[in-house]
Amino acid sequence: MVNKVLEVIDLKKYFPVTRGLLDIFMRRSKEYVKAVDGVSFYIERGETLALIGESGCGKTTTGRVILRLEEPTAGKIVFMGKDITSLKPKELRPLRKEMQMIFQDPYASLNPRMRIGEQIIHPLLIHGLATPKEARKMGIEMLKRVGLTPAHEFYDRFPHQLSGGQRQRVVIARAMILKPKFVVADEPVSMIDVSMRASILDLLQGFRKEYQLSMLFITHDISIGRIISDRIAVMYLGKIVEIGPTEEVIKNPRHPYTRALIDAVPSIVRRKRKKKLRITGEVPDPRNPPSGCRFHPRCPFATEECSKTEPDLIEISDNHFVRCYHPLAPE
Amino acid sequence: MVLLEISNIKIYYYTLTGIVKAVDNVSLTINENEWISIVGESGCGKSTLAYGVIRLIPPPGKVVSGKIIFQGKDLLSMDREEFRKMLGKDIGMVFQDPMTSLDPLRKVGEQLAEVFMTHLKVDQKEALKYAGDLLEKVGLTRDRVNYYPHQLSGGQRQRVSIAIAMALRPKLLIADEPTTALDVIVQDTIMDLIESFKKEGTSILFITHDLALAAERSDRIAVMYAGKLVELGSVDQIIDNPRHPYTIGLLQSVPDLWGPRRIESISGYPPDLRTPPSGCRFHPRCKEKFEPCSKEEPPLIEIEPGHYVSCWLYVKGGA
Repeated sequence: MVNKVLEVIDLKKYFPVTRGLLDIFMRRSKEYVKAVDGVSFYIERGETLALIGESGCGKTTTGRVILRLEEPTAGKIVFMGKDITSLKPKELRPLRKEMQMIFQDPYASLNPRMRIGEQIIHPLLIHGLATPKEARKMGIEMLKRVGLTPAHEFYDRFPHQLSGGQRQRVVIARAMILKPKFVVADEPVSMIDVSMRASILDLLQGFRKEYQLSMLFITHDISIGRIISDRIAVMYLGKIVEIGPTEEVIKNPRHPYTRALIDAVPSIVRRKRKKKLRITGEVPDPRNPPSGCRFHPRCPFATEECSKTEPDLIEISDNHFVRCYHPLAPE
Repeated sequence: MVLLEISNIKIYYYTLTGIVKAVDNVSLTINENEWISIVGESGCGKSTLAYGVIRLIPPPGKVVSGKIIFQGKDLLSMDREEFRKMLGKDIGMVFQDPMTSLDPLRKVGEQLAEVFMTHLKVDQKEALKYAGDLLEKVGLTRDRVNYYPHQLSGGQRQRVSIAIAMALRPKLLIADEPTTALDVIVQDTIMDLIESFKKEGTSILFITHDLALAAERSDRIAVMYAGKLVELGSVDQIIDNPRHPYTIGLLQSVPDLWGPRRIESISGYPPDLRTPPSGCRFHPRCKEKFEPCSKEEPPLIEIEPGHYVSCWLYVKGGA
């Protein structure tokens, strides 16, 4: 099991709900939003896992907790064989350069007052990995690598002089200059125009091969997740409901939620399809998740059992796990 | 029967740094009971075109020339009061962010009732009854009349704004990216809702950046690039037989769960519309470009019945 770059075991993150004075006075019990509620998975060296789910399912929080940008409530995060769950910031620092994050919004994740080049080489200087002169050279190389040429010109530009797609290239360059082992990419193309998404994904794929990079690719868009990932994990209300090899999950979804999610994705190829698994209602309040299987109130196949006890994540076919008492038959 | 005819419309924004030719000489007709989608990337002018139809171009934007004929009447020359009465009654509009059209301080029921009280001159009690009926029609429960918008989810709010737009059963519903902020499962149900109104006879002008979404429910698709209409045809013509290199590129850039596992980008970036490229506006990014492309703008020609394309590749005898 040397191959696991990252392993997450029963990870939980609860956010306390702000209480009013009256709540405290009335001794109402403290409420929590259970954003991540017992998530376990691993990512191998060079592997990309796509974490898919709708807004509010806890996918972004999962990514942030793994990088210790949020403190976990419970569970364990093992990074390159080392338990980093409760490392102090100082102890964590040497590991920081091995794990990087790419955010969704390239407008918000760059410093508007800093030149592009300086932002890219900043991590090198902070970690003391290069002299300013060496760093500049590496920065220019990196700009060429991400396709921002002429690199000398881009080096001295400011973020506002760049388009959204170009900015996202800068964000990727900054994350990659340290040659990390692991990166969390949180919806990196959802703000990029359709015609330019492929080139950003190609860029990530290139680094992935070159650095044997492992990636947690967070997205709401399963069709984007399919392009870049080896495996897919589907999250619903703080839990992983299905996880398995990408094509297997898409072609043979076994959890009714995954099936409904896939059927709802617009498709050009299957635009005339009529048969869809439709689900009703909306995602429930994460402060009071439903008993048993969290999906049961919306599930067309739910039985009494489903509302009582939560199903375990079981291996239904090779490396394909599903959390459901009544998994769908494979196609 | 033609319901709306947009001809040679130009909409420019007169900004301090130059004139942005957001929509530049676009013509399009929408038939009765037809769903037409305008597809394009951000900044291509698709939303500006829709806003032009309902005369909502914000300054410094202006409709420079062209005509918009709706049911035989010229919308652009109509006087303000007449236009206002017609909006809502004959043309409904839904926006990407439902909070653009909802008042956060008033209950949903009041906002719906207002439509009936203004246009149908009914009293409040009756209007509220209509409001409840309408909420049921869009898939919400009657009791939502007493909710404020913030008490509803994004999908429910969009249902309310569709309810307001459709309250008086307009002939035309203009929907500007109505599902972009929503999750896919909710998106699908909102698309079902819009489709249900189409089945009852409403024409839909649907603005989207998502070609796959357009392909599933439209009758025809219009592809825009940098302020120009580059291709127009039935869904099958555009999807199965795309002719404009931009449309072809766009189709290859859309990931599809049932298509190949690879997508391709179109190289380069969309142009700055203050200084659009000469000739065909797509030529700097086009793989197929040849002499005439940078010199002269290609005409929109009909290459098969109902299928129009603006590209020099299909002009016989060249420029």
